[in-house]
Amino acid sequence: MGSAMNAIRDFLRTFLLWELLLGLRLTGKHLFRRKVTIQYPEEKAPQSPRFRGLHALRRYPNGEERCIACKLCEAVCPALAITIESEQREDGTRRTTRYDIDLFKCIYCGFCEESCPVDSIVETRIHEYHMEDRSERIITKQQLLAVGDKHEQQLAADRAADAPYR
Amino acid sequence: MELAWILTKIVAIVGPLILAVAYLTYAERKIIGWIQNRNGPNRVGPLGLLQPFADVFKLLFKEVVLPANANRFLFIVAPMLSLMPALAAWAVIPFGEGMVLADINAGLLYVLAMTSLGVYGVILAGWAANSKYSMLGAMRSAAQIVSYEIAMGFALVGVLMAAGTLNMTGIVQSQAGPIWNWFWLPLLPLFMVYWISGVAETNRAPFDVAEGESEIVAGFHVEYSGVAFAVFFLAEYANMILISGLAVIMFMGGWYSPFHGLPLLGPMFDLVPGMVWFVLKVAFFLYLYLWFRATFPRYRYDQIMRLGWKVLIPVTVVWLVVLAGMILGSLGPWFN
Amino acid sequence: MITQFVFYVFAAVLLFAATMVITARNPVHAAMYLVLAFFNSAVLWIMAGAEFLGIVLVLVYVGAVMVLFLFVVMMLDINLARIREGFVRHIYIGLPIAAVMVLQMLLVVGSDAFQVDRLPAGDMPIPPDVANTPLLGSVLYTVYVYPFELAAVILLVAIIAAITLTLRRREGTKHQDPAKQVRVRKGDRLRVVDLRSGAQNREPDNRP
Repeated sequence: MGSAMNAIRDFLRTFLLWELLLGLRLTGKHLFRRKVTIQYPEEKAPQSPRFRGLHALRRYPNGEERCIACKLCEAVCPALAITIESEQREDGTRRTTRYDIDLFKCIYCGFCEESCPVDSIVETRIHEYHMEDRSERIITKQQLLAVGDKHEQQLAADRAADAPYR
Repeated sequence: MELAWILTKIVAIVGPLILAVAYLTYAERKIIGWIQNRNGPNRVGPLGLLQPFADVFKLLFKEVVLPANANRFLFIVAPMLSLMPALAAWAVIPFGEGMVLADINAGLLYVLAMTSLGVYGVILAGWAANSKYSMLGAMRSAAQIVSYEIAMGFALVGVLMAAGTLNMTGIVQSQAGPIWNWFWLPLLPLFMVYWISGVAETNRAPFDVAEGESEIVAGFHVEYSGVAFAVFFLAEYANMILISGLAVIMFMGGWYSPFHGLPLLGPMFDLVPGMVWFVLKVAFFLYLYLWFRATFPRYRYDQIMRLGWKVLIPVTVVWLVVLAGMILGSLGPWFN
Repeated sequence: MITQFVFYVFAAVLLFAATMVITARNPVHAAMYLVLAFFNSAVLWIMAGAEFLGIVLVLVYVGAVMVLFLFVVMMLDINLARIREGFVRHIYIGLPIAAVMVLQMLLVVGSDAFQVDRLPAGDMPIPPDVANTPLLGSVLYTVYVYPFELAAVILLVAIIAAITLTLRRREGTKHQDPAKQVRVRKGDRLRVVDLRSGAQNREPDNRP
């Protein structure tokens, strides 16, 4: 008896297109809902202090570069995007002579930042950068340091905000 | 002289049609955007109203890529073959009382013949491109269109029985009267079948397996770019408008206002030209197309075949018998 | 004058297309020429006043039959050159047969009984202002109703026979039944369990 009733109900539902109408009602309602589009160049979505964008090399407050050429970042990089060469400086410290990041290879995983013992290589919040030639994909030590100098305040603030969770 | 007059009329139909296609793509992106709580295109011109032109110019200036080992001739002819019937069928569509290019007796048959030709463009495009994805798309679309044409033809047989004529103007005139006089009411199941198979015939969601982008990239037109792709697009949207127009003519009283023939409201609403009513009704059906696309997930291929052969065709056959009974019984207000 | 000109143009295209159907190397091209031939003969029929027949020719042959033809031709990847290999070898048999057929057709078409003015006028008077679609319908369903229905039944039997001959249910395939699939409700497959953490509150596991 019950199964017969079910069969009749299913039959009616199928031929009255009942479930299709339910679906149409749902989407019909959304037609009039408030729109949530963010008008990108004028409006921007909020960013986390942990955002991983373009890389930078930081300096100590006295102007000395942090990187000691330990090459941990080069070793941990899963995409093999980092190339480092190092030499002894006149004052006897080990410093990089070359620090290249291939932005096409980089997958922005943040492992380099995690591995760095002196918080030198970091990822900034910058994500709206571009290049006009493929050769520009490799950014050098000078460029990385320049990015770091320019955004040091933001970088320091972001690191401080994230410090309790590290 | 007469030839020039006919040419003018053709331009007067095709020009607005192409403009309508352009703004249908805009409406599609806007409405689907709204349904998904987005804004849709709003950058090109005020409210994004110039977006279709931006799209057209982009496509016009793109290179048409000929794939290696493609059949050159058929590859280029295929888009035209899909556009030609989509435009040719408009010759017999009456936009208002007497506003029709060719008022031929077998109008309904002519329209059926023309809509059934559109499949050639799809099949040949899929075959000539020499790509497995487009071949699969062509095969799916051929089987789908041939199956749904039967259901659609049967649904139109119902209209033919109810109206007693194949002439499009005659079909509309036999529905003269207020909204409950139109054929959608006595032919409701046929109307539903017609509309579902119309959506399937135009390869639109939820029956868009022929281009199913998540399975076979873009189906039959994977290899097309630039103008050739634009022509396919034009044909698809012109077909959508055509199917909507046919639905209006055959089930929704063509150019009549919803209160036509009523004592007080009738003359008031008849002040609006019939063509406006026609366009409004077509716009409603086009909105349904977009609403469906935003709502329903794509059918699986075997489900499409089952729906066409095991559900729609039996429904039409049963209702044709019921309809014959209604006509024999002179059931008012339609058949007396 | 113009009518004659149009007639000869379409007739010429028809002949050309028909020749190309049997000479084209590519089977898909041959099929497309056949479509062209159908189209042109439809135009000729419409010019002769048989608009119903002309449009139905396009609708049925071009719109459905040739689509299936193309479908098969594309799937099978036929090599026509291989099939034509024996052309010259069999021409000694082929030519006489063709000649006999042409002769027979000439005899039939050229006979006295086939001249237009000798054709029987038919039982029904033809009103000049009525389209031939309703006329054809009324003749089919009155005078020729038995042959018409018989033909329909024969076709139906043929369809059913073709389906039963080819339909087989293979064992061991994962067969899907869409009818069953669409009947499934959320409640048939999904059980929402209120799961609290901690071993003592754990619900008995009653899955099979």
